[in-house]
Amino acid sequence: MAASIKLSELPVGASATVREFPKTGSAFIRLREMGLLAGTRVTLIRTAPLGDPLEIKLRGYNLTLRKTEADYVLVEPTTA
Amino acid sequence: MALPSHISSSAANPSSARTPVYALVGNPNCGKSTLFNALTGLKQKVGNYPGVTVEKKVGTAYSQHGQPITVIDLPGAYSLAARSPDEAVTRDVLLGRRADTAQPDRILCIIDATNLERNLYLVHQILDLGRPVLLVVNMMDLAAAAGTTVDVARLEQELGIPVIACEAVNGKGLIELKLAMSRADLPLARHAWAIPAAIAPAVTELQASLIAHDRKAPLVARAEALLLLTDQDSVRVAGSTPLHARTGEILRTWQQRWEGEGTDWAGTLVNSRYDAIGRIAADVLLQTGETGPTASDRIDAVVTHPVWGWLVLGAVMTLLFLSIFTLAEYPMNVIDAQIAHLADWVKSALPPGDLRDLITSGAIGGVGGVIIFLPQILILFFFIGLLESTGYMARAAFIMDRLMARVGLNGKSFIPLLSSYACAIPGIMATRTIEDQKDRLVTILVAPLMSCSARLPVYLLMIAALVPGDRVPLFTKVGIMILMYALGTVGAFGFAWLFKRTLLKGAPPLMIMELPPYRLPRVKDVALHMLERGWLFLRRAGTIILGISIVLWFLSAYPKAPDGATDQQQLAQSFAGRAGHLLEPAIRPLGLDWQIGIGLITSFAAREVFVSTMAVVFNAEAKDDDTTPLRQAMLAAKWPDGRALFTPLVCFTLMIFYVFAMQCISTIAVVRRETNGWKWPLFQTAYMTGTAWILSFIVYQGGTALGF
Repeated sequence: MAASIKLSELPVGASATVREFPKTGSAFIRLREMGLLAGTRVTLIRTAPLGDPLEIKLRGYNLTLRKTEADYVLVEPTTA
Repeated sequence: MALPSHISSSAANPSSARTPVYALVGNPNCGKSTLFNALTGLKQKVGNYPGVTVEKKVGTAYSQHGQPITVIDLPGAYSLAARSPDEAVTRDVLLGRRADTAQPDRILCIIDATNLERNLYLVHQILDLGRPVLLVVNMMDLAAAAGTTVDVARLEQELGIPVIACEAVNGKGLIELKLAMSRADLPLARHAWAIPAAIAPAVTELQASLIAHDRKAPLVARAEALLLLTDQDSVRVAGSTPLHARTGEILRTWQQRWEGEGTDWAGTLVNSRYDAIGRIAADVLLQTGETGPTASDRIDAVVTHPVWGWLVLGAVMTLLFLSIFTLAEYPMNVIDAQIAHLADWVKSALPPGDLRDLITSGAIGGVGGVIIFLPQILILFFFIGLLESTGYMARAAFIMDRLMARVGLNGKSFIPLLSSYACAIPGIMATRTIEDQKDRLVTILVAPLMSCSARLPVYLLMIAALVPGDRVPLFTKVGIMILMYALGTVGAFGFAWLFKRTLLKGAPPLMIMELPPYRLPRVKDVALHMLERGWLFLRRAGTIILGISIVLWFLSAYPKAPDGATDQQQLAQSFAGRAGHLLEPAIRPLGLDWQIGIGLITSFAAREVFVSTMAVVFNAEAKDDDTTPLRQAMLAAKWPDGRALFTPLVCFTLMIFYVFAMQCISTIAVVRRETNGWKWPLFQTAYMTGTAWILSFIVYQGGTALGF
């Protein structure tokens, strides 16, 4: 099993599977409700022109979140 | 399954005279508004939920047999665990928490076929309510284009509710939908999932308390209990009934217990819903082709590109402002002429006297001065609607988020602030897309600092007086103009920064936002939206504008000067003239006299009124396209001791004052409506005008000391 990294450290264009997710905080509840859960596959599409926020693709749609939140989401990169 | 009595009576009683009421719910960007417009046509009523600034849209659809069906278009929501006032209203209406809106008999859910799982999350929560639910799977064509198909029959089987495939944009599936909507025997939803064992006892206990103490029907109580366990800091909005103390106590006890045990209670519920949804999706989603990058992905590669992205943003904004100023000119001229016509007609129909003057100068003149901006406001509404419906608005917010974060806001404040360069009113009304209430309030408070188009005539007049003649190179004039716009912008961001750190301190805003696929805009929907917004503005601000226009007219028309007095003499000895004198001690340190004071007062109708007031005060012909006579009259004006009144320093100071001062009753009226009270508009007027005074004081006194 590959080591987990922060979602914010994922290279642009790479895919990963969410492994760990903060239990509390309304931001993370909302992210879960938007379908970002442990086990969900995500792709980092791009960062905004100024480096933040990030754009990710999950469950067939695109979502933005700031690095401050992405720092707390641990993912395991998919080896293509 | 035993039916609770209240449900069986409303669902199984179609022959009663009462028309069935459907609530239309769905995620943002799933085509809900398009479906609502297609179902109800123009038979819609747009209002507001009392106490909150959330639009309430109710329309009437007709069944194939001509039976009316009431449809309430609830605000778009991702979840019933609300994070914004919009979502809170959707939640509260569906749960029957609002006194002003009866709990709907039936629920019409719409989901986007291209984004099935996340859309089903809300549906899954709604199925818990135990009401009859109809499910519309929209955008089947787009799903097919993306290489997937939704097996509608299978979905119907899995959920146990009628499911109708639909393409709301071209009306496909509408007949089937209307047939289903007028069915008398709509089955009740059953929830096909097991509540996780870890929290099941808490749900049971909360449900019992909600039934006993909060007088909820059993199924609603169950849904409420589940929601309380997902909602960590639930958004409460005005108009919803609070929970009974006992229920709150049970909730806190369980939460403390779980915290102690380290149970991920809120997450468990969300996870188990998505598990259930995942199983459904695996059965009904048929992959028919390869999914490569979509058209949206390819557009985004340019639109959010580190270099091209800025160019596209710049081009879109330039186009926006060009069209506001060029397209609006023609209707503005027409309105101007029509207002003059109307005033002339009243003049010829009524005998001379105060009543005639009240109608022509007070009512028609005052309201006309605001209506003249209506074309600009409407074009701005149209553009904002266009940016929203195509999906570009979200991209602009994505690109600008980092910059807005520097002052503690998020990217969603960008378009409202930018729109305020044309007019603060549409900008302030566009802040409704900002979920966080404090961020929204900060955006509203600083929006009028952006130099709007009504300030332009004032700037132009002052620049003409400041650098008279044609000897001064054009770029000096342009430079001064740019300086004024820059000052307003810096002021807006500075105050946003200050307010976010002091008055409206809050957690740094989130930027959890869907980037919806690009879609071709439906001009009909956008135009309808524009007219709704325009009408809303007129209706809400209209009475206040009319009232203050009449007051301003009264102030300048009374007391009467002796017969034969000129307009100039009349104004000089009117209440407004006296108020100018009263104001003079306050504005004298800024280098302004009572005559300019009159202009500051009348500017409240609209800032550009300053120009026409100056024309009356200095008895000069004022023509729209030529300010030369007025400029000369102003330059000839003197203080009683013979010093020139409009020195370059005074002109400059006056411009600074206009950059910062809040002088617009329409904006004040709109802010009052958007913030539900007088507190914030009064605070806004005070801080802006206070800043204007202080900065003007510094500029004038500093300039004088330096010998200008």
